[in-house]
Parts: sequence; C-alpha cells; structure tokens
Amino acid sequence: MATTQTPPGAGDAGAGAAPGAGPFPQAGPAAAGLPLAGGGSVAGARSMRRMARAITANRKATVGTALLVLFIFIAAFPGLIAPYDPQAEIFPRSKGPSAAHWLGTTSFGQDMFSQVIWGARPVLLIAFGVGLLATIVAMLIGVAAAYLGGAADGTLNVITDVLLVIPLFPLLIIIGSYLHGAGTAVMIAVIAATGWSYTARQLRAQALSLRNRDFLNAAKVRGERPLYIICVEIIPTMTSLLVAAFLTNALYAVLFSSSLQFIGLGDPSVTSWGTMLYWAENNEAFQTGLPLWIIVPGLCIVLLGAAFALLNYAFDEIGNPALRPARSIRRGRAQRAR
Amino acid sequence: MPGDSSPLGSAAPASGTVLEVRDLSVEYLLERGTVLAVDQVSFDLSAGEFLGIVGESGCGKSTLLFAIAQLLVPPAEVTGGSVIFKGRNMVGLTDRELSAVRWRDLSVVMQSAMNALNPVKSIGAQYFDAMRAHGVASKGEIAERSSEVLKMVGIDPVHLKSYPHQLSGGMRQRAMIAMALLFTPDLVIMDEPTSALDVVAQRSLMVQIKELQEQLGFAIIFVTHDMSLVSHFSDRLMVMYGGLVAEFGATRQVFDNPLHPYSIGLLEAFPSIRGPRVPLTGIPGSPPNLANIPPGCRFAPRCPKVMARCEVEPPELYQMDGTLVRCFLHDGGGRADD
Amino acid sequence: MTEPLLRTEGLTKHFKIGRATSRRTLHAVDDVSLAIGEREIVALAGESGSGKSTVARLLAKLYQPTAGEIYFQGKPLSAVRGRRAVLRYRGDAPMVFQDPFASINPVFRVSHGVMRCLKLHRPDLSPEQRRNEAERVFTAVGLTPAGEVLQRFPHELSGGQRQRVGFAQALALRPKLILADEPVSMLDVSIRIGLLNVMASLRDTQGVSILYITHDIASARYVADRLIIMYAGHIAETGPTEEVLSRPRHPYTQLLLSAVPDPRAPLAVGAETDRGEPPRVIDPTPGCRFRWRCPLAIDECHHVTPPLRELLPQHSAACHVARADAETQAFRSAAAEAPAPAPLRVPPPADGRRDAGFR
Repeated sequence: MATTQTPPGAGDAGAGAAPGAGPFPQAGPAAAGLPLAGGGSVAGARSMRRMARAITANRKATVGTALLVLFIFIAAFPGLIAPYDPQAEIFPRSKGPSAAHWLGTTSFGQDMFSQVIWGARPVLLIAFGVGLLATIVAMLIGVAAAYLGGAADGTLNVITDVLLVIPLFPLLIIIGSYLHGAGTAVMIAVIAATGWSYTARQLRAQALSLRNRDFLNAAKVRGERPLYIICVEIIPTMTSLLVAAFLTNALYAVLFSSSLQFIGLGDPSVTSWGTMLYWAENNEAFQTGLPLWIIVPGLCIVLLGAAFALLNYAFDEIGNPALRPARSIRRGRAQRAR
Repeated sequence: MPGDSSPLGSAAPASGTVLEVRDLSVEYLLERGTVLAVDQVSFDLSAGEFLGIVGESGCGKSTLLFAIAQLLVPPAEVTGGSVIFKGRNMVGLTDRELSAVRWRDLSVVMQSAMNALNPVKSIGAQYFDAMRAHGVASKGEIAERSSEVLKMVGIDPVHLKSYPHQLSGGMRQRAMIAMALLFTPDLVIMDEPTSALDVVAQRSLMVQIKELQEQLGFAIIFVTHDMSLVSHFSDRLMVMYGGLVAEFGATRQVFDNPLHPYSIGLLEAFPSIRGPRVPLTGIPGSPPNLANIPPGCRFAPRCPKVMARCEVEPPELYQMDGTLVRCFLHDGGGRADD
Repeated sequence: MTEPLLRTEGLTKHFKIGRATSRRTLHAVDDVSLAIGEREIVALAGESGSGKSTVARLLAKLYQPTAGEIYFQGKPLSAVRGRRAVLRYRGDAPMVFQDPFASINPVFRVSHGVMRCLKLHRPDLSPEQRRNEAERVFTAVGLTPAGEVLQRFPHELSGGQRQRVGFAQALALRPKLILADEPVSMLDVSIRIGLLNVMASLRDTQGVSILYITHDIASARYVADRLIIMYAGHIAETGPTEEVLSRPRHPYTQLLLSAVPDPRAPLAVGAETDRGEPPRVIDPTPGCRFRWRCPLAIDECHHVTPPLRELLPQHSAACHVARADAETQAFRSAAAEAPAPAPLRVPPPADGRRDAGFR
C-alpha cells in the first residue's frame, strides 16, 4: 500500500501520509458505511447513502449485489415463485421443458423448477449461517491471539494451524459419514467448526498490524480495559476485513455443503441444489436426456458463489482505492480556463 | 576522476540546459472530480545546477517530481505542458523509449530507502539488476562500477553483500544515492532523501550530495518540506503552494529577501537556535482544497497582506529583481515571460 | 527543597533481542535521573535510538522499568498497583502521541476519546457536565467552534487539528503533567508553531507541566524552560534551555547544534565531518557511548562511564573532558587546543581552521 502519490489538498499532513480532507474515501467502516458497535457516535443515514453510492459506482458490487438480492428473495419467498410443491412426485416423469414445467420434471415426477426455487433456502441458510458463525469464531480467536500475545497467542496459533493443515474436504467427508445424513443445522455447525481457521489467520494478521497503532496505545494510556479495547477499539476498525471474512466463509460454505450433498452425505430428504445434483447423478440425468437436472442447480451454485466472490472483490476495491481498475477518463482539456 | 574513467555514461557534463519544463499540469482524475495537483509550472534547469523545490504537504511538489520522472500512475495524469529533457519531450514517450533514458541520463532517489530498496536482495545484487537492465553485460564491469559508486558515497565496498536492513538509515540512503549514480546521469531527482534521518546524518548526507554534484557535474532537483535544509546547498529555490509556483529565484535572494507572503511566513515559522527568542505565529489555516479551487489567489485565505483584489483575481508570475513571484504586491516589475 | 512533580532515579530499561540461541540485551535507557517541576516545560531531546521515547513510555507506565524508580509527587510508581491507583496516575500523567493519523481511532467521531476520558476519570460528572467539559478543553486548545468540531470524524480534520484533539483529551483529565511524544514531528512546519504555542499556553493558563520529547532542538528552544539531551540511552547534558544552548558543555550537544540547519547562519565548516549515526546500544562495555565520535575523547572515556556532574549552577553534563573544564573560557580553549582529528575522521577543513569544528 506504498503508493507515494497521495493527491494534494490534504491538510496539514507532515510526511504526506494518509489524506486528511482529501478526495480519496477512507478505508474502513466509516466509509463503507456499515453500522457498528460503539453506537451513537457513528452516522447512520449518511453512511447508508454513501454505501449505496459506492455499490452503484462499482460494477462488481452492482452485479454481485443484484445476484445476491435475487437469491435472497427467492430463498425468502419461494412460495410466491414456485408453482408446485417441490417434493410432490405427482407429475409425468422425465419430461423435458414445457409450458407447465419450465425446466421439465425429474425421473421421480417432481417439478424441477419448483425444486430449484425451494432449493435456494437451505443453501442460503447454510451460507449465511456458516458465514456468521465461522467469522465470529475466527474473529474471537484471531483478535484475541493478536492482542494478548505471548503464550495465549502461541496456543491459539497451534490450534489454528492444525486445522489449517488438515485438508478440509476429506475431514468433512469423514465427519459427514458419521452423522448419517446431515441436515441444514448440522451442516452449518460442521462446516463452521472446521472452516474458521483460514480467516482466523487473516484477522490475526490484521489485528497484529493494528496492535501498535497509536490509537490503541492512547486507549491504554487513558485507562481502558483490554476487553474494551478489543471489542470497541480494534474490532470496529477491522470491519472491512470482517466483511471479507464473512463473504469468504459464505462462499466456501456454499461450495462445500453442495459438494457434501452431492456425494450423498447431506440429508437427501431436504430439497437443496446439492441434493438435486445427488439425485440427478444417481439417476443418470445426462444419459436419460435430462441435462437440466444437473445444469440448472449447478449453475445456481456457481452464480451464488460468484455473487459472494464479486462482493468480496468489490469491498476490497471500495476500501482500498489503489486496487480499483485504472480508467483514464479523458476530460476536455479546454474545460480548464486560464 | 571518476567521471573520466567510468566506462559508462558521459564523462564530462554537457553544457547548457538539461531540462525544460513548460506549463506542466498534472491532474488526479477521481470519481468525485478532478484535483489539479500541479498547475502550469515552468522552469529551466542548467547542467550542474542544484534546484531546490520546497513546500508543505499538498503543494504538489512530489507530484511535480513524479511527473518529470514520468513515474505517475493513474489516477494521476499529465494533462498539459511538456518536459523536455536533453531535447526530447518525455511526456507521451512509451515505456520502452523511457527506459533508454532512465538511469543512464536521469535517475531518481526516493524518500525512504527501506521502501525503495528490495529487502530480500543484497545491495550488490540490486546494483547488478540495475546495470543489467540498462545493457551492461559484463560482470566484471558491474562489480567494478558498484564498488566505485559505493566508495564515492563513503561506504566500504564490502557492504555490497549486505542486505538493506543490515545497514543503518544513513548508509541506506547513501547506498540509494550511489545506485542513482551508477551511470553518471545528467540529472538526479531527489524526493526528500533526508527526511527519515536525524539531524547530524542529514547534514552529513547533504554535504556528501553537494560534493558528489561538484565532482560529477550532474544537475539535481531536490524536493523537501524543510526550507532550511537546502539553504546552503541549492543554487535556485522554488517555493510551491497549492500546485503553483509562488516564488522562484536565487536561493540566497529568496532567503535574505523573501517576497511572497507565504515564503515570508514559511521562513518565519522556523524557530531559530541562535539570536533572540521571539514568539512566532506560523501560518494559520490550511492549504487549499485542490478539488475545488477558489477564485483568486490560492494563498488569500491565509495571507496577512491580503487585498480585495486577491480574492477575485488570480495573480500571475511577476518579475522582481531576478526573482519570480506570484503576488500582486510585486506586480510592478511586469509579468514573467513564461 | 520541595519535591519535584516527577523525579526518576537511575531509570533503566533493557530489551531482550535476538533468537533464543543468541540472546542479547538492548540497553534502551540506562541510569537516567531527571526531574520535572510544576508549571514547566522540559524538553527531552535526542536522535533516534537515544531512548527518549522509551523514557516517555516508562513514565506513562506502558513499559515496566528494568531497574531504577520513578517518583510522582514523591510516591514511587512501582507502588502504584491496582486498577484505581493506576487509573488515577493515568489521569495525572497522560500521553500525547506523535502520529496525528494513527493516534485517533478513525471509526468514531473525535468526541469519542474525550468522552471516554471523562467517563473513566471523572465519573462524578453528569453527562451534561461532561459535554460542557469536552467543549471547554476543545476551546482551550483552539478547536473552535467546539460543539461543531466535536461532531466531526478524524478524517475531516487536518493533522494539526488532530494533534490538538490529542492535547484536548489529555487536558480533559486535569493532568499535572502531559507526556508529549514528538507531538509536532509529523506536522507541516507552518503548523508546528501553532501547536507549540498551545503547549506554552497550557503551561501558563492551565498550570500543566509538559515533558516535550523531540529530536528538533530549535523547537525545544522555542517552547521549553529546561532541556535534557540524551544520547544512546544516557543523559548527556541538562540545564536551563538558553544556558545549555549558549554554553554547551558536552561535545554531543555541540555537534547537534552545529548540525541544525539555520538559514540565517553561515554553514558551519567541519561539522559535516561526523558521519552521524548514534549506535544501537547492545551489550555495551563501560565507557562513554559517544567516544567513537568525539574528537576530545581521552583514555578515561574508553573505560569509565562518565556520571552526570553539575558544572555550572543547574547545568550538568556527563563528560570527563567537560568536567575537567568547568569554566566557559577553559572549555573553549580546550576545544581550540584539541589534538588533530584522529585518522578515521575526514581531514581538517580546507581553509585551515584548527578547531574541532563543532561551532
């Protein structure tokens, strides 16, 4: 982050460090406009508007948000969109797309379109559930390790590293096969419990870099307790990384849970995209002329994953202007009158 | 004499003008608007001349420097004027064409050696890279020249094997300066090379730079925020404010008889260690916001001698006893030619 | 003699560095004894590595001393234990930090720090009173209109304004002593004077003492009543500011003075011969730590660490050579008769002057 080209008009800076009233938006929650702990001191409506502007200005953010909002809507109100009960095996089997069945029917006689619509809910629940849970665990462990240092740091690091080294998917397979058909809640717990280590590392690294910032020393010198410093002073300044951690964890949750379901370790009675893939594979969908049974759920998984990934990139760019694509906007030279 | 026996670069300094900057303007093209960082700056630099550019943060001096060295990256862009170095206009050259000039005829010394030097390579390896990149093939020549430049700056050549972190701050800066002199360039641009050093090391480095300049005959553009630093070393001094040249003349003259109220204020803001202890006031207020340039003189809001005219009409550069000054107080001498 | 506000005795701080296999000790601060009185600004000056920031952090109780003791209002700091006692001390001796961009939490409004200070240290105040107090201290440091500035975010203020916020936070605690760690080093030159004037007014109108840590002698002269020069973890010289600067006894002080760029003075010849970097003091042997750079070094300097001795009233220096010549005249002539510079120094200046060249 060492670009020495901070634009001018930045106020009384000494070594020309961060801009003061400068044109670059600041990294961090004040600019991302997220509501924070620490309450009333932070502007609400104004930062919401700024966030909206930041999202519309950034292409990745716009696409990602649109996709995510679409999927959330589908997951929240499946009954409004899906014409039929997804589990009902009452329709003619293995039919291609038609007016009544937009995607056709499965070899069990279920309406594929309804399945896809209803299948969104468990996936999104898992995504947000794991996202939140894993991020919270990662945050507690990572930040505590960084701030406490010493033996506590050492111990927490060992635990984190062990989990990091173990290949996650085989571990999930082993756990999943013990659990005999993991429903949504179990899936969330298992993936969160094994997947927090990666983001814990990242959060610890950032907390470490913040540890010697003077505002933390200033808090210490005015007499704040360590727990207060961690919760009120450190964590809010890490909000952008926490959001990134959330998106990362959500993305991997989507992919891992769908994969587990695909190989049959999920609960087959739950309708989700992963289980659709499982049934489709078992019934040789491609060979029997029902390619949509595999393609559509697969595509949905991909799109949801892409939404999280795009939002991740977008937040990076919003937070760190140096990462933005270099567009050289040619303004009219004649504009500047002299 | 090092200049004569060196197998690289010109032996004798060329006479005449080495650099002509004409109406150079640099803008930062941001989403929020354009920030005019450098506004039509013009000057000539003769061979072997030491030009000091001083100003506070936000005045555009570093941006100007980067523009001359063609090191600007988007969103910064040269939006007007020319930089004619040894007869060629550097603005608009491709990277390929520039690399023929870089380091051989023009080199740059950055503010902090720790940022500019590669921390995982030894000094000797970095000199090797630099020379290889500019066409010197023979290892023997490279080794010989590397030792030579280190000796020139007063470092024992055994340090070619050292890594940057093993050298002290002053030695690192000297190593950087030595690297800039590998090809005996005609112009060396320095961006606050001493600001990370303590006062004694700073003094010693300045003297060293001046000695090298007199020995090898290169021109120097030296950017700093500390006016007193260049007072004994530079031939001419340019004071910048708000992206414009405020005052420009022979160093001694600017110090002994400053014309622009900003120069006067700046000089008076340095408490002296000799002479009577007097209360000082500094210059209240902040530099202008260059995204939103006010009409009239940019220093008017802070000027103790402001007149009604200053707030409406922007002053041009006027001539006054050989010094150029951008202030209506001195418009009697007539406008400068460019 | 009344007990000074703050006094240190033999204050020492060592850090362990290196790997487990090659552990060495960095002597950041060694045997520092200083005193700060009421209503005075004391400048602690030195280059990087001199230990001045470490002293500040020791006084702020951010580090524990390896040896020695700090007495605040006569009571030893080591006896200050337990949350309430520590909190009270922190209210008496707060710290202002160097970096205006890193010393305020960017997430909250600037009122956050002041309000927390008031909440922690003056719990007897009602929220309304806290509000008023916050406005009072902001006005005292020149941040007006206080009510409006309090609502701003740090990135909306300039560097100079942020540093004033730092002072306001300290002032809200009604401190006896403010520990200011290089408060103006990262500000533009034209803004520094404003902050220095604020510091002087705090001493005059609020009766606060300030320990002003700096590497800039000129600003120390501008604002400080007394000056302490540190070198490589030791105190080199101390005394009233004008006295020390006009009659420097320690060769290092003389070197510093000659190296300060002053456009109004002609270039001091010979000063630049010193390559100029203070050592990192790792596992040092006894002796003066300035001996390798000192043109006046005698044999004793290489074996015996010079103690801080009072040479003139209130004016002490830690130098064997200076001790031998307590009179101003004698010291000057000693410098003029100094032996020719040792071979590793750059040869004498071309114009033939023989003096050691620190003037």
